[in-house]
Amino acid sequence: MLKPMLDRLQQVGHSGLGFVQAIGRSGLFMVQAIFGRPAAGGGGYGLLIKQLYAVGVLSLVIITVSGLFIGMVLGLQGYNILVRYGSEEAVGQMVALSLVRELGPVVTALLFAGRAGSALTAEIGLMKATEQLSSLEMIGVDPLKRIIAPRFWAGFISMPLLTLIFTMVGILGGAMVSVDWLGVYEGSFWSSMKDSVDFVSDVGDGIIKSLVFGAVVTWISVFQGYDATPTSEGISRATTRTVVYSSLAVLGLDFVLTAVMFGD
Amino acid sequence: MKQPVETQQQSGTASENFIEIRGLTFHRGERVIFDNIDLNIPRGKVVGIMGPSGTGKTTLLRLIGRQLRPDAGEVIVDGHNMGQLSRDELFSVRRKMGMLFQSGALFTDLTVYENVAFPLRIHTRLPEAMIRDIVLMKLQAVGLRGARNLMPSELSGGMSRRVALARAVALDPEMIMYDEPFVGQDPIAMGMLVQLIRRLNEAMGITSIVVSHDLHETASISDYLYLIADGKVIGQGEPEEMLQSDDPRVKQFMQGLSDGPVPFHFPAKDYRQDMLGGDAGGIGL
Repeated sequence: MLKPMLDRLQQVGHSGLGFVQAIGRSGLFMVQAIFGRPAAGGGGYGLLIKQLYAVGVLSLVIITVSGLFIGMVLGLQGYNILVRYGSEEAVGQMVALSLVRELGPVVTALLFAGRAGSALTAEIGLMKATEQLSSLEMIGVDPLKRIIAPRFWAGFISMPLLTLIFTMVGILGGAMVSVDWLGVYEGSFWSSMKDSVDFVSDVGDGIIKSLVFGAVVTWISVFQGYDATPTSEGISRATTRTVVYSSLAVLGLDFVLTAVMFGD
Repeated sequence: MKQPVETQQQSGTASENFIEIRGLTFHRGERVIFDNIDLNIPRGKVVGIMGPSGTGKTTLLRLIGRQLRPDAGEVIVDGHNMGQLSRDELFSVRRKMGMLFQSGALFTDLTVYENVAFPLRIHTRLPEAMIRDIVLMKLQAVGLRGARNLMPSELSGGMSRRVALARAVALDPEMIMYDEPFVGQDPIAMGMLVQLIRRLNEAMGITSIVVSHDLHETASISDYLYLIADGKVIGQGEPEEMLQSDDPRVKQFMQGLSDGPVPFHFPAKDYRQDMLGGDAGGIGL
């Protein structure tokens, strides 16, 4: 009678301990990786540039295409609503504010998790499974410095840049639909945007968000790869976890950051 | 009559043994992999570590390199207690060791040439021309100088392992650990590898640990053999002693007999009961 209950309690405690251990492991792991700047461990900034290309440049296509479509949809929806109240000139303001404050950082982070984060996890997990990380260790190279640090910094640097590109392309998409297609007066489209978007509080806060998302998504991705069970099933699970955890973390953090930034 | 199953340690001081393992105990989950074992690897010798598959021979190498930490006991490499080193000290001790992994573990984004050059580029500031000379010499020694521009994905398993060997010796380490070097090699490459391991040892005095279950090759190149089964050292001695041993467990392994005190089967319940029991035993796909 008592035993099944105790067993259940033990399981709860066990999984709780496992969770806390994972947090601790990933925290230590990240501290070691962050202080292991790419220059240390041999290889220098060449490694960082290679990763910036893999993580950032190769994500450009999906980021620009998605940005364009999201901006176009915003322009279309915004126009359809605003035209009922005769204030379709405000569509520029609406498109810009929603992209700069929310959609830019959040959607870029979600796309980044799917495109680059999962690739990072799978790559590092496979390196672990094929003993490449072990052989680095035995050659006397710290994989945290050689493999993890350049990938982390590449993600951290790429995310705000990708976010800015996403936002700019989105605004152009919105302008294309509302001005060129639906015939909103161009002057009021841009001037309403210019009047309402503040560089520090809107664009600046968007960049802060994207920096936070960049750190969190890349951290989750590299840790999941490094901590993966080195089997095909383990790597597939780790990749899934990267996308799921990153998406949830981004959406949750977005609410927290928005509440802090725009809450009052 | 000689009793090969001895628990006493070899007499020797720290300077004679490159590696000393004392009271090493290691578990994986509930399974005991090593139960309080002692091993000495004398400096400048080739030591073979043999045992049935699944006895943790690879695990032993990982414990020596401190990629795994023992549950109890200590591993002393060239006077350094591996359990007490800081991360930086550990990496500097590892530079004295080369390790040949079972899978080769080449870096898949680098060519064969770059793989062998990798440790040189990391740990030395040699000019490019000298790196080239060293890389080509090491590749020549394993017979793959012509394959230097191939990527690891274009190599067979045996070739990968030979490139990995060239990489492991690139920095002329003081000790090399070979994890199953003979698996998947054709007879020509096998003969070459046996000679190479012996020659590296004789010419440069490299201490070598060969983990293998290829009896004849291992016995032919080793100065000393350890036989591990069931988490214990069940026999040790020079190869001739081991081959002529009367200990039933050593005899069974050295002569490849399926019948004997060392079980061929992984621990399981009674066969008859198991077949009639209808319990799926946790097989779920």
